[in-house]
Amino acid sequence: MSLTLLNVIVAVVIAIAFAAANAAYLVWAERRGAARIQRRPGPNINGPFGLLQPPLDGIKLMTKQLMIPGGADKILFMVAPVLAMAPAIMSFVTIPFSEGIAAHNMEIGVLMIFAFASMGAMAILFAGWGSRNKYSVMASVRAVSQNVSYEIPMLITAITVVMVNGSMDLKAISTAQAGGFWHWNIFPSLQSPLMPISFIIFFICSLAETNRAPFDLGEAESELVAGFHTEYGSMGFGLFFMGEYANIVIGASLTTILFLGGWDCPFGMFPGVWWFLLKIYILIATFIWIRWTFPRTTIYGLLNLSWKILIPISLFNLLLTAGLLKVF
Amino acid sequence: MNPSVAITEAPGLFTADGLTGLIFLIMMAVTLIGGIISCCAERLVRAVAGLIVCFIGVAALYYFLNSPFIAMMQMLIYVGAVCITIAFAIMLAAPEESKKNGPDGPLSGPLGFITAGLVTIGLIVMAMRAKFTSLPKVSDGTIKEMGIQLLTSYSMVFELISIVLLIAIIGALVLARAGRSK
Repeated sequence: MSLTLLNVIVAVVIAIAFAAANAAYLVWAERRGAARIQRRPGPNINGPFGLLQPPLDGIKLMTKQLMIPGGADKILFMVAPVLAMAPAIMSFVTIPFSEGIAAHNMEIGVLMIFAFASMGAMAILFAGWGSRNKYSVMASVRAVSQNVSYEIPMLITAITVVMVNGSMDLKAISTAQAGGFWHWNIFPSLQSPLMPISFIIFFICSLAETNRAPFDLGEAESELVAGFHTEYGSMGFGLFFMGEYANIVIGASLTTILFLGGWDCPFGMFPGVWWFLLKIYILIATFIWIRWTFPRTTIYGLLNLSWKILIPISLFNLLLTAGLLKVF
Repeated sequence: MNPSVAITEAPGLFTADGLTGLIFLIMMAVTLIGGIISCCAERLVRAVAGLIVCFIGVAALYYFLNSPFIAMMQMLIYVGAVCITIAFAIMLAAPEESKKNGPDGPLSGPLGFITAGLVTIGLIVMAMRAKFTSLPKVSDGTIKEMGIQLLTSYSMVFELISIVLLIAIIGALVLARAGRSK
């Protein structure tokens, strides 16, 4: 009993450390990647390749005063950044990184991640409303409508994968795809011929769910100053930033587990946590690449894409897969 | 656990039962505090925030009762969908400073306290007198078992809920259509 408790505590500490380290260094990677794409050096002064930049940024943010604007709703204003970070850390608890590395593998892992991911919209809502700033309120209305509409196709494609694998257990879904890349869910099989399309839908939705460009309507800096976190300075802003990158890591991990075989090696050799990390970092690099390559969409284009294209396709895919599973 | 055995003395805090009890009390406190916040808040957005706290407390209770599936559904549906929808409606409808307005109802003031007190006493008396019997376990709580039960023994309930949701969707569409033609 006490050992289980100790396990849980250690696992939670590791989850927080992993999330924080990733958040810090993904900011660095993002800035370096952006700089490379825009043909400029990026942060390269502090330490080799600018690697000391994230801890220095952290110190700077933590020593700044946390300003609360006069008309703001103090409680909601303070709660929002915490609410951005906490659910992301909760989701890390159930993600299996390899056969043996999982804090607490649940039978309903997929559901748990979606349950906590759905709370992210709440943070944006409270931040926007609590700031009492017109731009922030506009941004949070946008961000929430975006999150709500992209959650639907994301859940439907996840259900398709769950149906094909017959389990909601992330570990079971991963192990079912073991043995080389042709076993992975992303490749079409007799029962699910539209799997590559599912993968693309899921990837687009995870871009939109994490408020990343080209879907970063919640912080469109050309129209809304900085969106929902306009009024935040110091570590309040830092927590939103960390929450965003933690969510990106979760999105990439979920995509890897559901479609790319989890920790399975493409050639059937040395399966392990390194393959998992390699896959998620390739996906994250794609996230960064897309952000600095595509221009921002409009809010109407964004919502139309979800309701008129992604949801019908994913529903059709769900019905087709259900039918084929019954036949074969 | 055998429900017919009455607990005669309170267990120590650092025994397994004591800690479980403590966790249960914390969950109850979270649920109650959330409920109180959502009733007493002056601003509607804070009321929604209280509702979220309350729902999280209830989800924790479900998890405590060994049904993680229902706990997660509670989070996904009530926190992730219902509360967001309510908050959305508030943001689109209410102006910035939306305070309570309108005349007080007939049950405001002392009459309200008396009613609440009577209801509480009634519930306590009912709970004390009631004989709690344990029902037979329907399934082992796994999703597969639950799905089979839902689509066989409890398919009537399942279908009825679907019909309620269908009616709600049709109603929403009708309302939206009426608004658009103006």
